[in-house]
Order: sequence, then C-alpha cells, then structure tokens
Amino acid sequence: MSREGVNIHEYQGKALFREEGVAVQEGVHCTTVDQALEAYDSLGSKVVAVKSQIHAGGRGKGSLYCPDTGDLQMEGGVKIALSRDEVETYSKNILGNILVTKQSGPEGKMVNNLYIEAGCEIAHEYYLALLVDREEDAILVMASTEGGVDIEEVAETTPQAIHKAWTDSSGKLSAGADSAMADSLGLTGVSKDSFKKMLGSLVSMFVSRDCSMIEINPLVKAGDGAMIALDSKISFDDNASYRHPWRADMRDMSEEEEVEIRANKSGLSYVKLDGNIGCLVNGAGLAMASMDVIKLYGGEPANFLDIGGGANKESITTAFGIILEDPNVEGILVNIFGGIIRCDMVARSIIDASREVGLSVPLVVRFSGTNHEEGRHVLEESSLEVTTVGTLADGAKAIVAATVGVDA
Amino acid sequence: MSIWINESSKVLVQGITGGQGTFHATRMTEYGTDVVGGVTPGKGGQVVDLPGRSVPVYDTMGQAVSETDADVSVIYVPARFAAAAIVEAADAFNETKGEGLIVCITEGIPTLDMIRCVGHISEMPGIRLIGPNCPGIITPGENGGCKVGIMPGYIHAKGRIGIISKSGTLTYEAVAQTMSVGEGQTTCIGIGGDPISGTGFIDCLAAFEEDPETEAVVMIGEIGGTAEEDAAAWAADNFSKPIVGFVAGATAPPGKRMGHAGAIISGGKGTADEKFSAFEKAGIHIARDPSKIGEVLVSVLIEAGLREP
Repeated sequence: MSREGVNIHEYQGKALFREEGVAVQEGVHCTTVDQALEAYDSLGSKVVAVKSQIHAGGRGKGSLYCPDTGDLQMEGGVKIALSRDEVETYSKNILGNILVTKQSGPEGKMVNNLYIEAGCEIAHEYYLALLVDREEDAILVMASTEGGVDIEEVAETTPQAIHKAWTDSSGKLSAGADSAMADSLGLTGVSKDSFKKMLGSLVSMFVSRDCSMIEINPLVKAGDGAMIALDSKISFDDNASYRHPWRADMRDMSEEEEVEIRANKSGLSYVKLDGNIGCLVNGAGLAMASMDVIKLYGGEPANFLDIGGGANKESITTAFGIILEDPNVEGILVNIFGGIIRCDMVARSIIDASREVGLSVPLVVRFSGTNHEEGRHVLEESSLEVTTVGTLADGAKAIVAATVGVDA
Repeated sequence: MSIWINESSKVLVQGITGGQGTFHATRMTEYGTDVVGGVTPGKGGQVVDLPGRSVPVYDTMGQAVSETDADVSVIYVPARFAAAAIVEAADAFNETKGEGLIVCITEGIPTLDMIRCVGHISEMPGIRLIGPNCPGIITPGENGGCKVGIMPGYIHAKGRIGIISKSGTLTYEAVAQTMSVGEGQTTCIGIGGDPISGTGFIDCLAAFEEDPETEAVVMIGEIGGTAEEDAAAWAADNFSKPIVGFVAGATAPPGKRMGHAGAIISGGKGTADEKFSAFEKAGIHIARDPSKIGEVLVSVLIEAGLREP
C-alpha cells in the first residue's frame, strides 16, 4: 500500500533537526495571530520570518487568497517582518487563507500553521539535499552554491554547479567526501567545519529515521560564518513507518486527501484525476495503462484505482462507492486480468456493488485471465446493464462512446 | 533454452509455511516447478504437502541449500523480514555453491533495507536478485515448465519471445498479447516497480542477447526513474534482436505516486513521453496501446525475416 510519501511541515522538520544537531534558527510554531505576536516578543529578534506551513514548495513566491471571496490577500507566503505590527499584518493575511504555489496545484492549500523564526544575517545562500538515488542504489547528497532558487532550473542550465556524493550501501559517506564537498562549495574555516558537522548529522538522520528526502533550500552561511538550515523539507519512506511510531504525531490529516486514505484502508490505491471516466483495475501498471488507453481513444480518466491482489467483494464495493463519489464520473471501465483474483468473483462483486451503491452510469467490463469466461457469463446472465469486451482497446472505445452519449 | 531458470531448476520457498508461501508453492508445483523444500525459522523438521510430493522445511537457508542443492529461492515473507531473508539466501548460495537466483515477491520493503541488501549482493558475482515487489520469473516448458512467482501459469506457452516488465498484471497483458498472435515465450521476468531493486532491464536484455532461442523481446516500463532510458541507450549499442516497447503512465500527473513506490514523476523527470522517445531513438518499436503489442510484434518479426508475411 502506498500513500504519496510521508511529508511533514517545516517546523516539524526543524524540531527534528534540533534533536539531530543540525543548526537552525530559533523559531516558534503558531496557529493564531496572538501566538504569533507572543512568539515575536519571546524570540527577542527585531527581524523575523513569518512562514506559511503547508506541504508544498514554492511558498515564498506563492499567493494567498481569501477562501470565501477568492480575493487576493497577499503576495508571498513567506514574509520578513521588521516590526510587531508587520508580524500581525502578515499573520492575519496568512492564517485561514488559501496559499497557491507552483507545487500546490491551482486549488491551493488552506494555511492553518505558521512558523515565526528569528532573522539571520545571510552572507550566502546554498542548496543541500539528500535523496535516494535509484540508479546508483545509494543515498545521494547534492549541494550547490546556487541556493534559494529553483534547483531544477540550476540542474537544467548549469549542471556543473551541482556537486554530488554518494554513500555506501550502509549509508556512510567515504572518508573525506564531506571535506571535498565543502571545498567545492568554496567553504573555509568555521564554515567548512560547520558544514561537515551538519552533513554528518543529516546523513545519519536520513538513515536512522528512514527518510526518502531531506532538502534544505536555502542553507545559509551566517554573518559569523556558521552554516544554518533556513528551510527544511523532509519526507519519509512509508514502507518503514512501522519502525517509527513517532511519525504518527507528525501527520497532518488536512494535508492528505481523505478519500485516498479511506481507499488505502480497504487495500485500494486511489488517486483522483480530472476526467469523467472512472476506472477500476487490478495492478498498478495495468491501471496506469488503462488510463493511458482511455486517453488514447479520446476520453479522460477520472481516477487511478488499483484494487490490489487481495481484493474481495467488500473492497470492490468500496471501490465503486469511491469512484461514484466523484460527481464528474459519467461512466466506468473495469479492467481485470485475473491471476490469483478470479474474474467470476469480481463479476459477482460488481453485481452486488452496483446494487448497493445504485450504479447509474454506463459500465464496460473487460475480463482476461483466470475464469474470464465464467465472469463474463455471470455478468451477461444478470439484470445489470453492462457491456462486456475482450480487449482493453475495445473497452476504452466502448466507454468513451458511452460517455460521449451522456454528454450529448 | 531460456534465461536463468529452466525445467530442471531446483527451487526453495522462503516462508513456505505461511499462507502465501503454501498457496504459491502449491501453484508452482502444479505448473511443473521442482520445489525441493522450504524455510521457516523455528519450523525446521516439519514437512509441507504439495501436489504429488511432500517437501522438508528447514530452519535456515544454509541448511536448506546444503541439503537440497537448490538453485533458486523464492521469498514470500512479510515486508519487515524480507530484506533479512534475501541476505540469508544470498549468503547461503554464495557460501555453498557460489551461485544462486533469489526471487523476492514481497512488496513494501523499506527502501534503505533494499539499499543494504543490493549492496551486500553486489559483492557476490554469482548471486542474482529479481524483485522485490514483482510477480517473479517463468520459463514455460514443453510439458509444464518452471514458474517461480505468483503469475497465472496457464496463460503462458513455450516459444521464442522474451518478456521484461516492471509491473505485474501488465506483464500478463504482454504475455496475452504474444499469445494472441501465436507466439510463446522463452522466459518472462517481472523486475518490480520499487525504487531500489535487483536485476534491471539491462541485465535481462544482456541475458536474452545470449540466449539463442529468444528471437525478440517485449519490454514494459513505467513512469519514474531513468531505467527505461538507460536500457534503450544500452540496447542501441549492444542488443541485436528486435524489441517492442510500452511505457505505462502517460496520463499520470507529476508528483502523484501511481501505486508502485517507484512510479512517480518528480522534478519533471521520468515521464512516459521521455521514455517512449528514448525507445524510438534506440530503434525500439513502440506500441502506445498495449492491446497492439501483438500486432507490432508480428510486423517486427516479419520485417526481421523471422516469420513469413
């Protein structure tokens, strides 16, 4: 079962950084404007950063909108406040509003959390990230002197500005790799020592906490030469969640799609898309291929849905219910390649599910593999209005034709 | 001929006394696979009844390999114990015979466990890992054959086409496509869709290049990573037989994971379009509709002079 990684907020990431000995500025997590003002008073720093907390990058360049009127509230989800009044203004403009960034999707995300962080004198901004390199079977460390900007753009335009090092299979950098990376970033003296210490802590944290990514953009050299993580973007490998019970407390349900969590609980893997043709498929690859073929024949898939290898009547009923919750759905394509799953079982489940959820849109079913003939027979003998087909292409053509009919 | 397994391969089942292990050991035996025993720690000395034979259960892979002289082990243990099971199998094969094939079906293994595992095995030139999170490998035979995994055996038939795929049911679709045009398979391998895994596309292509019976290959990729692009570039220089390729996920939106842990477009990389173009550039014949893989395969075989028009 896979959710889309396990992401946490910046303020949570920085709390972990503190525990692991990665240098960060003092900061306070707030959920109200009053708390933000208290935080400003307690930090004793004249300049503070007021930072929206959502699980999407590009916050600084995002825009905040009022959820009721849709009016633009403020440009920029991360603001530098030079006074108590500015903290109040910015906090009011952020909390309870919708932040739209390059990564949040056009619908944006409601901001319920704020981080007030002490200001920092910045001599230079760098980029530092650790991630799993699937080609090298290792953890990859990437660093660049071009911090604070879109790193994907740097990778595209000046790949030589990105320095890389890999761990061994036990998650250790080779001796001297940290020094070499500091040198390639042009760091000397205090900054070099500070960078090496930070990198060591990050690599050991990546392993001990089963991370899938740690990104710090920007990593800054402060006025006194110390290296400080001014941002934190961390995601964890969900497959390892069983050995990290502390993660449960960091989960922000408002950041997750409720329907995707519900699907997951029934052993389904569901992702909502924008089209009008619902799909119900066994296997992730075949589910993606079914979406692709719908598109190829002129339709638009409404979802990705893999019912998994352990599907039964209950989970198939749940799957139909979830597909039909989407008001855009005007037809459903079922594509099952029976292996361990038997097509006749799926056929009976479809009949029961359609009664239970009151199926009212066209249904096209393609069965192949184990007991496909029986499955088809069960459907054809039933009172259910269903078109059965032999191939995926025929299924896609039939459901596209049927939904065009709905539109007309 | 075939690659990596054949009808005389002797197969162990790790996790044989578990529900999945017993179920699939039974199916594998029915297909014709020579299952010679199994391993479940703490259950050594028991026997498991399979169709037409009873096989011994051992406590460790070391004992199992020494006693049975097995060539292959297939792993059906839960995710949290699976990486240790792979390492145990690798050590046992390496120490006892210097070679062995490990097929890990289990899904949901932590990524860092797999990095350690793959690193451990990379020191052992005779050990090959397929998976994890894959349907396994099958070589159809004249009468039965060797099936190491969870795929439905009966959809396959002995023939001249090799199949390599990252996904499970989409592999079956590819098999059905070859069958629909009267072609059987030499060997079909599901390499799995996890970010870190053992055998990749290039290893499979290299083995199919050496296999005189394989005349053409069907290669099924999916979004995420650059394994398809790397394999295409390698094949352009090193692979002499025709390849038919498909990549799943052309409609997947960036940043959303599509079921498999590895199937995610991140930072604009790993899209289906990039992979299809890499295939075309390398001379791989593409099918944008998987229902057309059979059609494309036939025309490619005819073009190569391997079949009569």
